[in-house]
Amino acid sequence: MTDVTILSGDATGIGLGEAAKPRGMARRAWEVFAENKLALGSIGFVIFMLLFCFVGPYIYNTNQTSTDLSLYLCHPSGAHLLGCDDLGYDELGRLMVGGQTSIEVGIAAAVVSVLFGTLYGAISGFAGGIVDAVMMRVVDAGLSLPSLMVLIIASVIFHPTKTVIIFVIAFFYWFGVARLVRGETLSLRTREYVQAVRVIGGRPLRSVVRHIVPNAIGTIIVQGTFAVADSILILAVLGFLTLGVAPPATDWGSMLSGGLTYIQGGNYWWLIYPPGVAIILTCISINFIGDALRDAFETRLQRR
Amino acid sequence: MIGFLIRRIGQAIIVLFLVTVFTLALVHLFPGGPVRALLGERATPFEINYFNHLYGFDQPFYVQYIKWVDQLLHGNLGFSYHLNQSVASLIGQALPKTIVLVLLGTIVSLIFGIPLGVYQAVHRNTVGDYVLTGVSFLGYATPTFFLGIVLVSWFSVDVHLFPPFAPQSSSVISILGQPRALVLPVVTYAFLLYALWSRYMRSSVLDNLVQDYVRTARAKGASERRVIWGHVFRNSLVSIVTLLGLSLPTLVAGAILIEVVFNYPGMGLAFYQAALNVDYQVLLGFTVLATVATILGNLLADVGYALLDPRVRY
Repeated sequence: MTDVTILSGDATGIGLGEAAKPRGMARRAWEVFAENKLALGSIGFVIFMLLFCFVGPYIYNTNQTSTDLSLYLCHPSGAHLLGCDDLGYDELGRLMVGGQTSIEVGIAAAVVSVLFGTLYGAISGFAGGIVDAVMMRVVDAGLSLPSLMVLIIASVIFHPTKTVIIFVIAFFYWFGVARLVRGETLSLRTREYVQAVRVIGGRPLRSVVRHIVPNAIGTIIVQGTFAVADSILILAVLGFLTLGVAPPATDWGSMLSGGLTYIQGGNYWWLIYPPGVAIILTCISINFIGDALRDAFETRLQRR
Repeated sequence: MIGFLIRRIGQAIIVLFLVTVFTLALVHLFPGGPVRALLGERATPFEINYFNHLYGFDQPFYVQYIKWVDQLLHGNLGFSYHLNQSVASLIGQALPKTIVLVLLGTIVSLIFGIPLGVYQAVHRNTVGDYVLTGVSFLGYATPTFFLGIVLVSWFSVDVHLFPPFAPQSSSVISILGQPRALVLPVVTYAFLLYALWSRYMRSSVLDNLVQDYVRTARAKGASERRVIWGHVFRNSLVSIVTLLGLSLPTLVAGAILIEVVFNYPGMGLAFYQAALNVDYQVLLGFTVLATVATILGNLLADVGYALLDPRVRY
């Protein structure tokens, strides 16, 4: 067990060594992951959701750019499988278009915040001393911000387009990632192979990018998975508060916000349940995947 | 301990400084600046210059910052021009109601979350554990406002059991006098927090179950009930106390959403309306208040942890 760990560390040092390093580790991780049927099912569901949102509109053609008030709150029928909303948009088609926004923003915000947070945390932890102290106080400050309040302010300030929302969400999310990666870095930087780089004259940046980050990759991937689910939820919250993307674009949270208006007026279930259930199932699946990934990367839990 | 306390308070002050600078800078990012937000779209350049000068927005940022902090330290949180009242009096009206909501929701969620978390850890990998794990995953993935909407549509539209809106009143006592109207907001809030406590309690108890003191207790013949509730439970509670102190941002965020869904007249609703009206003084005052509370919560969590767990040495 131990010699395998050292070997994989060395392989990373020589180069990215795709063939040498990850195979053994990745295969073992995959074996643990594949045992988790819930996680496999979740992957299936996420793939289904991606197809539904991004390929679905080509099969189920609907008009999602102009309103049609003659279809005001029409009931589900053969022509409109899930009925229409108050502007006459087909609800099922809207679910696909809204899902595109939610998933795109979720993934993009997660990628941006995890990339930046990882680099920041790794540099802070690796530098240590005063640099670390200063960099971490910034993170402390970020984590002390009442994030939803500042998100609301930020959404009022910046005209909310998809790109703006991605960066606004990422801005508030990376602090947590940075703190986590810094913790990981603190334990990694004392390892022999990282010390060795310093001894042979490698620059600090090389240690961070080539050794620290690849060895913390498990933590980073797991955190990135959860970040996708969290970002989808944050976007839903902004959409619900009518601070999401501007019409005719939509997202699942904005759809729910529209449905809330009609909750008292009659049984318009198709305005509420489809987007709500879509958010829940997507986020729960992503969280299950994240949980299984954590088990897979957690060497403690591995047999042998 | 004293050294730790001084260092920790010093850190808190630095963090407070960074956050207040950030918050004030954010307000300056409003399209056209805070005065434009105040006067509206049709303000003339002359008016904007006049008000910029009147409120001191034409001065350097650091001067504005010092003046603002000076006012804050004198208890002046600003004045809402939309509501024509001081931010402090707005907080005085709204904060007690939010505290009622947060306290009730937190207590209900702890009553369910802690014992069920212990149950899950003791009976891990049984059907009961899986079902409860499913419930907490649901809690993590369900947007608070969606749960609120669903509960309203079930319990106030389909079955007229509870009113769809939270109690509307200016006084806390009359809000507490309408317990039926409080049920749905509190239940929604509690479900959101339940997932947090039960998951944490489960893993905390699991960590404690493998400790040496548990083996010692069993070896000297303590009953299983005594081992769990007399030893493991009490030690696991320490980390929940910490979590309570650290979860203030979650509590604040939850309160905002619940108040918007149920139209509950607390801080969250007032903040949301201020955001839609770009009432920047209210936004600033509320954000600073929430931040100070968060920083204090973190500080108390750290200190409380050190006090409760004698093994912690700084």
